[in-house]
This record gives sequence, structure tokens and C-alpha cells, in this order.
Amino acid sequence: MSAGQLPRWVDYGLIPLINLIAAFLVSGLVVLLIGENPIDAVRVLIWGALGFGEGVGFTLFYATNFIFTGLAVAVAFHAGLFNIGGEGQAYVGGLGVALACLALDRIVPWWVTLPVAVAGAAVMGAAWAFIPAWLQAKRGSHIVITTIMFNFISYSLMVYLLVNVLAKPGSMQPETRTFEEGGRLPFLNDIQSLVDFGTAPVNLALVLALIASALVWVIIWRTRLGYEIRSFGANATAAVYAGMSPARIIIITMLISGGLSGMMALNEIMGSQHRLLIEFVAGYGFVGIAVALMGRAHPVGIILAAILFGMLYQGGAELAFEMPAISRDMIIVIQGLVILFAGALENLFRPAIVRIFTPSRAPAVQAG
Amino acid sequence: MSETPAIELRGVNKSFGPVHANRNIDLLVGKGSIHGIIGENGAGKSTLMSILYGFYQADSGSIHVDGREVRIADSRQAIDLGIGMVHQHFMLVDPFTVLENVILGAEDGATLSGGTRKARQELRRLEQEYGLKVDPDAVVGDLPVGLQQRVEILKALYRGAEILILDEPTGVLTPAEADHLFKILEVLRDQGKTVLLITHKLREIMAITDTVSVMRRGEMVATLKTAETSMEELAEQMVGRSVLLHVEKTPADPMGTILEVEDLNVTDARGVRVVKDISFKVKAGEIVGIAGVSGNGQSELLEALAGIRKADSGRLSIRSETLDLATMDIDPALMREKGMGHVPEDRHRMGLINSFAEYENAVLGYHRSEKYAKGLLLDIAAIKQEAREAIEKYDIRPPSTDLRTANFSGGNQQKIVLAREIERDPDVLLVGQPTRGVDIGAIEFIHKRLIELRDEGKAILLVSVELDEIRSLADRILVMFDGAIVGEREAGADETELGLLMAGVQDQGAASGAVAGEKA
Repeated sequence: MSAGQLPRWVDYGLIPLINLIAAFLVSGLVVLLIGENPIDAVRVLIWGALGFGEGVGFTLFYATNFIFTGLAVAVAFHAGLFNIGGEGQAYVGGLGVALACLALDRIVPWWVTLPVAVAGAAVMGAAWAFIPAWLQAKRGSHIVITTIMFNFISYSLMVYLLVNVLAKPGSMQPETRTFEEGGRLPFLNDIQSLVDFGTAPVNLALVLALIASALVWVIIWRTRLGYEIRSFGANATAAVYAGMSPARIIIITMLISGGLSGMMALNEIMGSQHRLLIEFVAGYGFVGIAVALMGRAHPVGIILAAILFGMLYQGGAELAFEMPAISRDMIIVIQGLVILFAGALENLFRPAIVRIFTPSRAPAVQAG
Repeated sequence: MSETPAIELRGVNKSFGPVHANRNIDLLVGKGSIHGIIGENGAGKSTLMSILYGFYQADSGSIHVDGREVRIADSRQAIDLGIGMVHQHFMLVDPFTVLENVILGAEDGATLSGGTRKARQELRRLEQEYGLKVDPDAVVGDLPVGLQQRVEILKALYRGAEILILDEPTGVLTPAEADHLFKILEVLRDQGKTVLLITHKLREIMAITDTVSVMRRGEMVATLKTAETSMEELAEQMVGRSVLLHVEKTPADPMGTILEVEDLNVTDARGVRVVKDISFKVKAGEIVGIAGVSGNGQSELLEALAGIRKADSGRLSIRSETLDLATMDIDPALMREKGMGHVPEDRHRMGLINSFAEYENAVLGYHRSEKYAKGLLLDIAAIKQEAREAIEKYDIRPPSTDLRTANFSGGNQQKIVLAREIERDPDVLLVGQPTRGVDIGAIEFIHKRLIELRDEGKAILLVSVELDEIRSLADRILVMFDGAIVGEREAGADETELGLLMAGVQDQGAASGAVAGEKA
């Protein structure tokens, strides 16, 4: 007998909310311990993230990164694969974006560069995921191990390229030259006048992330490929029985996943930094795992979780500024607690909630 | 049997979340008797026994052993009260010897020498007293299943069990091994032990028990003297309505050969040859049954034919097309294209994806068909429409296309698989264990449907470890033992004869006493 089924709103709404509240309660205790007022801290955090246009802009900017990396983890997750390599795939994806921008920025407007950059990001990210995928599919090397290893390889590769190949001539900085107008995505602040995002770098990549979310939903739940991915993830033996090829599913899924990770670089490189620089991924790939877990591997959940983590990033920065006792490291502790409660301890409160929501009288069906 | 009952349960209740697995159970088990508990899958038998053995705690109600009210918090307390359990799936450590398994958890001190010496003596005594002969130094993994079960019984007796619970003990045994087990149980009873036998097989109840209790949907619906009841009455009590225990069918009217298998050999992942030189034919309008004790290569045979498992050698002809199973690139999708349907042995592991909605499972394996495509997308409306038709035709309950498959009962899950494979109109249908874990009502339906399919001129290959099922459905019976076909019999073959074949006794030789379970 499967665990009791809950109404959807409880499963997807109430439980994550309770987990979140628990995380904040524990965080509040930590804040208390270092002698600050937790209520004030929450107020500063929320105000910093949502209280003014620029704050919202930063929140959405970070959320854009998380949507891409969260979707990447989620797609792989549906096939039962744990892609820990979002970090490296995004990093190498940045190479694709940068090459497209460097090649085209002086010749064509940004909207001509954009499709090439999207393709570059996706192809490079996918290529970086392909090798672990192939090793898993054909050699049975565990994808968790190989994708982690490929993160490290990507660090070395990118440093080498940035220092020796792509660096601006005459500069000691491990970064490329700054892209011209033709290699920059427009800031949302410049193309609409409803909200004033100030200097926040939120840009057109946010729209791309939302389109990617919709496409992921269609692929996973409405296409034959998605059906096969979900079948393989839920019951690999049944998938083989149904005539599906595990190797093919593993490789295609990881290509999509890597491609989505790679597209995170559109936001950072083409949307904000306007140059390829060292370690620009900065952990977004890893946080994508938490985003996917908290969002239940569903695009809508991922968008919401991404916004939450965007808030933590932006509001956290504001908090560190306003309350010096709460350092950057404290913010990471709070983020860690959210990940712990929303991800790792996802089932902490579930049994109790199941008990509350199951009617006491029920037909005696299947037992044991 | 008039003295204090060995076990008395009063008003026992147990729920798992929304599931009321045991409802106000009263049970009296007389000392020195064999008491059967019968009921369909999910009727609550196993839950009740788990309460008795301390795996679960009852929500309410009381347990009395030898007239004393007791609380059984864990299996150790159950053992201390003299209750022993032989599980359906043996709890043995395969690489250990019989002796090591017997003392496991009862080692008596940090070093083993004292415990083993005592155990060796005790085993000798048990052998004399109950005729339970096993070599104490044999490695358990090397023993035949029947003997492994005997080790389980010895384990319980070694711990001083006066009350022995056996959970579906004959599922893995040949008929001869089952008979032998029953003899042992009779000896145990005659020596004053109490035996609780849990089963869903009516014949076993009739053959061996003194008293029988029937469970249905979590309730104890009747307790009867076995001598005063009949299979029909028990079946009716189990299901709650009268059922047809025997399949009605006309003799087969086979036509041309549709499926032909030649020289099939399969090696499993461990490098063991599990299917050996198998050749046979199945004609249109015929059910060929493959009988055999579980684990004699039937599963691998089915999987090789379905394209799931790679063969070392072998050719398969379906209609007039010949496929080489060893050299060609065979996969299940190709076999479906050639007209082969496959109802796998294990619907949970293979036939269904339990977390999927019903309609998603209704096209598993056929999802690539153009029928279900709408441009680049799946035509979910079309899939649901077909699923609804199948639900109606196969009386699948509850009639919901959106319910997760895990929430259907075993019988309805099996109907989902059956509908999916049959409604694609295959020429050949491979069927593995079609009624395992399926309630009697659904068994009746499934058997009828298979006979209908045969009468429509399809070729059916039926693999089942239930000899009764093979005997009542198959028109021809092939017996598999140790990966090879050891005999072929006509429909009404004698059960004893089939049983001997299943135990590996050679076809030609006169039936001697050399049953597999007897060696060692």
C-alpha cells in the first residue's frame, strides 16, 4: 500500500510551506543566539528582497539563474538521474555564450546574436553532460560521481582557456574583453516602464527562463520522450519491458539537462557581466539541486522555489549590510537550513500531515 | 482440544492510515490442532499474524496465549511465549550452514563453540522426534527450497516454539514437497504443537487443517470445522458471493503453428545457463502451459521470447517470419510489432509503473503508436478514450483513468495489464503468472478471458507455478525443470505425474521415492 495520498494543494503547497516555516524558526533561533532580533531580521530580509524595485530586480535576476539550474536537475531527476554537474555544465555553457557574443557583437544587433548564444550555451552545456551520460549509459559509471568529477575538470579547463586563450591581450585578468551592444541582452529596466528595477541586472534571460519552464513542462508531460523519461525514472525494468532503450533515454535526458544548465550563462554572461570571467557560476548549479527538490521537479514549483532562493540571496545581502552582526556566512547558514528542511528533511512533517488529512473511516483495502 | 486454547484473540483492530486491515478480530486456536486461516490477498491475514508475532501492535483488543493475556511488543517476546514463524520469504543467510542459521540470534555467548555443540545435539533430538532430517553442516544456499523451509521450521522449534505460524508455506514447493511438509505438520500436531497455516489455497485447507477461519476485507467472517465444510462454501465465504472454481472450456481446436521456438539457450547475469535447448510450438487456438516450480528457468524463457533478455542461441518463428534471438537486434518493441503480446510475471516490477495514472499504463509499450500522436505531442484525449473503453470492457474498478495505478487492487491492476496486451490484438500472447496476487473474483474473469482469446484463434503460452491453473487452462502442458523441458503431457494429465516431473524425476523411469526434497 502506498503512503496515503494527499490533496494536491497539501502536497505541493502546505508541506513546502511548513518546511519553510520550520527552516525560518530554526534560523530565528540562530539569529537570537548571536544577539539580534529575528523579527527585525526577517523584516529586513523581506524588505531587501521585495520592498523596492531594485531589490525585486535583483531577486528576479538571481531567480533566473536558479530556474535554469533547477530545471536542469529536475529533468534529469524525472529519469531517475541525479545530475550534480550543473555547476560545470553552466560554466562550460558560458564558453558557448561568450564565443557567440565575441564573434558577433560588433557586427549584428543583440537579437541576432541571441539565438546563436542560446544555441552555444545549450550545445556546450549539453556536450559537457554528454560524456558522463555516455559513461553511465554504456559503461555503468555512476552519474553522480562522473558529473561531480566533470565539475572539477570544467574549473581547470575554463581557467586554462581564460588565462591562455581568451584573455584580453595585455591584461592580467582571467576574463574576456567586454561585449559590445550586439552581445548584450537588454535589461528589463530598459524595455518596460511598469516597474523601476533601478540598476538591477534582471534582463531578458528571465523571459527565456520562463519559456524554458513551459517547454520543460510540455516535454515531460505531453510528449512521447517525456513519457519515456518518466517511465524510465519511475521503473526502469518496466521501461525495458515496454521496449524503451535505457541508453538512449539516459543520453537524451542528460543532453537536455546539460543544455538547460548551460543556458544559465545567458543570464550571467550575456545579461549581466557582458564578459566571460572566472567562476561566474558561483554555486548556482548546486543550489539548483535544492530548487528542484523543493519545487518537486515541477516547473511551477521550480519557479516559485527559484524566487524564494532569489529572495534569500538578495534579502540576505541586504541583511548583511543592515545588521553587521549577521555576516555573509550567516546568510549561507540560513540558506543551508532552507535547503535542509525543504530538501533533505522533506518527509519530516509528512507522516503527521498524512494522519491529519486521512479520513478516519475508510474501506479496508489492501494491507501489508 | 477442549482445554485452554493455545491462542485467543479478542476484538483485535489494526489500521494503517486509512486502511482498516483488521477489524474486530476474534479467533480461537485450539491446542494441538492445525488451524487454517484463509482469505484473499489483502484480506488481512498477514497483518493479523504480524500482530501475533510482534511485528505490529494492535490498535485495540487483546491477545491471550495459553489463557494468559499477553502483550507482544516484538518478535523476541513472541519467541519467549513459544510462538515461532516461518515466513513466506525465508529469513535465512544463504552462505551460512544449517547449524549457523539455526543458532542465528540464539548464539548463547560471545564464542560460538558452546552454542553450536548444544544446537547439534538439539537438532539430532528434533530429527528423531519429528523426522526433520537435515545435514547440519550443509550450506543453506545449496539446499533445495523444501529443505530450506525445513531449516526455518527447525529454527522455530530450536527456540522452543509451541505454536508455529506458517505464512503461505507451499508457494515455492513442488506438490511432492508440499505433501512432505504436510506430513511434518501432522507429526508436529500429534506431538502436541499448535500449527497456524495461512494460505489462499483452498485445497491445502481441505487437505490438512482441523479448523479453518475465513477472512474477508479485514474481518473474520467464519470459523468452521474443516470436516464439515467444502471448498465451494469456503470460496463463497472468502469472496462474499458464489464463484465458479472450475474453468468451463471446450476442447481446443488448434490450427496451424503460429509460434515456434527452436534451440533456445539463455545464460543469466551470473553466468549460469538457465534455459537449456528449449524447442516447442504453439498453434493458433491453443493454450500451451509451462508448469514448473518457481525458479526453473520459466521467467528467463518468457523474457527471452519477449525480447527483454538476450539469448545465447535460438530461433523464434512467429507466423512465417523467423528471428534469430542471438544474433539479431531484438527488443521488446520489435516483438510487439511482430504481433507478440506479453503479460509479464510480475506486474509491479515490470508490467506497470505504479506511480503513473491508469491511462498512462494503458499504453505502456504501445506509446509509440501513431494512434496516440498529435503532431509532436501525445494525444492524451485519445489515450484516455481507449483507457475508458478498456475499463468498461474489463470491468476495472474503480473506473478511473486518472487514479494512480498503485491504488488499484491486485486483480484490477492485472486487468489493466491484460487489457493493454489483449486489446492490441496480438497473434501470440505470452502470459506469466496471470493470477498471482489476484482475488478469486478476478481470477474467474481472467481465466474466462484467456479461454475466449484462445477460441478467437490466438496462440497462448502460459507460464504459471500454480499447477491447478495450468491444469485447468492449458491444452498441452510442458514441464520445465532446471532450465530444460523434461516432459510434455496432454490437458488432463495426472497431478502426481506432473508433480514428479516438476521435481526433476526423469520422464521414462518409474516414479521412485527419489524426490528432490528427499536427498541430502
